[in-house]
Amino acid sequence: MSKHFYKKSGFLKNFLLLSGIVIFLVFQALASNLQQHETTLQEQSATHETGTHKEKFNAGEMIIEHIVDNHEWHILNLGNFHLTIPLPVILWYDGKLHTFMSSKFHSGRDQYEGFGISKEKENKGKIVRVNQKKYHAEGVIERDKAQEMPLDFSITKTVLAIFMSLALMTWLFISIANTYNKREGKSPKGIQSVLEPIILFIRDDIAKPSIGAKKYEKYMPFLLTLFFFIFLNNLIGLIPFFPGGANVTGNIAVTMVLALFTFVITTFSANKQYWVHIVNAPGVPWWLKFPVPLMPIVELIGVFTKPFVLMVRLFANITAGHIIVLGFISLIFIFGEMYAGLGYVMSILSIAFAIFMNLLELLVAFIQAYVFTLLSALYFGMATEEHH
Amino acid sequence: MELVSPGIGLIFWMTLAFGLVLWLLSKYAWKPIMKSLHEREASIDKALHEADKAREEMKHLIFSNEQLLNQAKEERDEILKKGREIKEKLIEDAKQKAGEEAARIVESAKESIQNEKMAAMVDLKNQIAQLSIEIAEKLLGHELSDPQKQKELVDKLIKEAKLN
Repeated sequence: MSKHFYKKSGFLKNFLLLSGIVIFLVFQALASNLQQHETTLQEQSATHETGTHKEKFNAGEMIIEHIVDNHEWHILNLGNFHLTIPLPVILWYDGKLHTFMSSKFHSGRDQYEGFGISKEKENKGKIVRVNQKKYHAEGVIERDKAQEMPLDFSITKTVLAIFMSLALMTWLFISIANTYNKREGKSPKGIQSVLEPIILFIRDDIAKPSIGAKKYEKYMPFLLTLFFFIFLNNLIGLIPFFPGGANVTGNIAVTMVLALFTFVITTFSANKQYWVHIVNAPGVPWWLKFPVPLMPIVELIGVFTKPFVLMVRLFANITAGHIIVLGFISLIFIFGEMYAGLGYVMSILSIAFAIFMNLLELLVAFIQAYVFTLLSALYFGMATEEHH
Repeated sequence: MELVSPGIGLIFWMTLAFGLVLWLLSKYAWKPIMKSLHEREASIDKALHEADKAREEMKHLIFSNEQLLNQAKEERDEILKKGREIKEKLIEDAKQKAGEEAARIVESAKESIQNEKMAAMVDLKNQIAQLSIEIAEKLLGHELSDPQKQKELVDKLIKEAKLN
């Protein structure tokens, strides 16, 4: 009893210590950000002789910058010191491959080999062919409208985060598989006992009821990989600094690929009944199918909307969560700009709300992984359903 | 716009990496994990089944033991009952025999008493006859001198003799 209590209080102590460290780090980051902001302001006022123009803190811009992809991984600013990981840029342009490090762009200020990061509204953040005339005359990086856009296969921040999380997953689950082989028939141990309930949950509560006890096994590898990929990246996305901070599951390309996997597997494992159901849905009056094939059209659209909805749901949920947290943080700077003291007062409130949102996001991280997996399993179940 | 327009590079790398990891994990992780989970469950099921069977057998054993015990009890009761019956019968028989014997004895006693009585009566009669003769001898010797008196005496004697 006393041992148990000691353990519990030990946990509480650790938790408090950890949250203390987190809050301290957040404050420090904020302080350095503020400092950096001030220095840029000073620089600007120094460069612009007029001094009347002051760059205001733009919350919307800051939030978007934090949730979209980037060609470099910006970790932190300390005064004028920027800690940034340069990432490889791989471009396919005019039948030629161009590869170089993103540091050549100098955070978007320079062009390299005729390429630069666009600052225009339309292609903001994308690598474009630079309008040389304008660049040499005014030093502005702008898309050369006469030229095509290069195909960008760069290892961006999100791609690197995907690689890291997939590597972590591969290592984690292969090592667990080895533990299973070593401890055959024994009860789970260590990390194995943490993940086994989740694996069993996916098998017994998602795959079996949705697909059916006979056919579920074929889909288990995909469902497990899908669930753990989404769950892991949702969690990593909540960590505000390296190796977290990349918005993987809140990126529409990532969710699109995941949804496409579900779509392709559904389509290829579909049996005759699935297609019959689309063309000639049973229990529907004939005049909805002939002469105007209304129902078949609706069903066919449904085939594509299902993965589309999967894509949008995950993307929107994760992105929205990040926007809210970043919004709370932005409030500090907005108030801080009005009056410094107000910023400090606001920071307490904002941090409290951000912590609350982060806890909520932990829940969302699991729920969204669960929903994506469950719906995928349901679609597989629909595609392989037999006559009832 | 960038937020909702998927980039070709990201799609390419994501498909490649996710596909590769899906294949890797299916082969080297999920397959052995699912297999050993399945095996463990099967072995647990088997163990439970065996325990059930053992319990069933135990029940059966207990049942047969009870049956045996009951049978033994019944047999014992039967034996006891028989013994009691035999005992009662013996006592009954003995009682009857004793009663019969007693009755016989009483009967023979009565008979012998009767015989004795008869013998005593005969004896008494003989003695009375003797006495009567003696008395008669005496009286004859004494009173035969008076005829009246003789007649009275004879009458009297006859009267007396009839009373007997």
